[in-house]
Amino acid sequence: MSHEHHHHHDDDDVQEHRAHGAPLTDVELRVRALESLLVDKGLVEPKALDALIDTYETKVGPRNGARVVARAWLDPEYRRRLLADGTAAVAEFGFVGRQSEKLVVVENTPSVHNMVVCTLCSCYPWAVLGLPPVWYKSAPYRARAVIDPRGVLKELGVTLPESTEVRVWDSTAEIRYMVLPERPAGTERLSEEQLAALVTRDAMIGVARVPAPAAGARR
Amino acid sequence: MNGAHDLGGMHGFGPVEIERDEPVFHHEWERRAFAVTLAAGFLGKWNIDMSRYAREEMPPAAYLATTYYEHWLFGIEKLLHDTGLLTHDELDVRLQGGGGTPVRITDARTVQPEQVERLLRTSRDARVDADVPPRFKVGDRVLTRNINPTGHTRLPRYARGKHGVVAIDHGVWTFPDANAAGRGRAPQHCYSVRFTARELWGDDAPARDGVHLDLWDDYLVTA
Repeated sequence: MSHEHHHHHDDDDVQEHRAHGAPLTDVELRVRALESLLVDKGLVEPKALDALIDTYETKVGPRNGARVVARAWLDPEYRRRLLADGTAAVAEFGFVGRQSEKLVVVENTPSVHNMVVCTLCSCYPWAVLGLPPVWYKSAPYRARAVIDPRGVLKELGVTLPESTEVRVWDSTAEIRYMVLPERPAGTERLSEEQLAALVTRDAMIGVARVPAPAAGARR
Repeated sequence: MNGAHDLGGMHGFGPVEIERDEPVFHHEWERRAFAVTLAAGFLGKWNIDMSRYAREEMPPAAYLATTYYEHWLFGIEKLLHDTGLLTHDELDVRLQGGGGTPVRITDARTVQPEQVERLLRTSRDARVDADVPPRFKVGDRVLTRNINPTGHTRLPRYARGKHGVVAIDHGVWTFPDANAAGRGRAPQHCYSVRFTARELWGDDAPARDGVHLDLWDDYLVTA
């Protein structure tokens, strides 16, 4: 990634981009113009932008949440703390900060299935799951999660009996929600690390189950 | 505002499509738009509620035809213009390939690389450490107001004029409707309120299901 986003370099960048095929789109040109202008005005520092990007591209992501889930599956006392005060329990791992001022962790069981959405924008627990995926931010999910959660779940491969209560959490404030998914069968002998490797982002949003480990991985 | 962002309950958008092994960003411009928005936010010239409201003000047809980070780009341009940090002329000149003579802003709290980690870890400014008494308690039956403000609100259309039950008292928080309008934080309790699916969507909805929304005192009356 270029660390030089000064406007004098833009023409070179445009030429290089074109040489590789696609011309810059309007939105690319607009973001580039905006960034170079803000740099010239002294309002943003390019290396700080790189650090912001790097944080969410390489450091903070759903592996954070997966570690929390694995710990909760193995340690009943941790699970109790996590469900009682999610913010404090994930802070034990050092997971704190932006878009996670208060975290509530809700537990999926055979009788209750929780699922998280933000119908108004795309609020998401960054500290434990990183930045939200495109589908979570998309109109179909934001529109349908509250009116037809069972339909959405079914399309995504989760069929629930009528006897299970579907509980949708629409994140309309600064409180963020994460789902503690059900632990799959056949994982009794797995280590915390092995369990964490099974946990998926989508299960922690509540639109998937954690898959049972492949036969070879069972130990 | 009753904008295109208030999507809950709409039909016709098609299936939810999950991309396998999705990257965090799909394009370089998304990375830059994301980072510029966060960095400019740290200048302290606006709050998160103003930021959300700016994105909501994108015209509805455009909002629905564009992607998430295009909403962010619209919002950040609007905030920069509204606060006078950027003029339309400056951006137009730059877009036409010129350098222009942008005015350097010398008193800005520009984020430096070494500050990023601390700022991301400590940014929590919606919760208010104030002793405001709650108007409701867990278990109370409440009715949401039927409001249709042209300004920012976090009470979605699908949950207005509906009966629910207070499930969690989250404590005292900034009230977004006031904060987005620059009217201060108006600290008050925010609750998770449970609505049955049938209350929201009618008798055809599954009997056991429900939706929880986080709602402030000012949205609620005693049922």
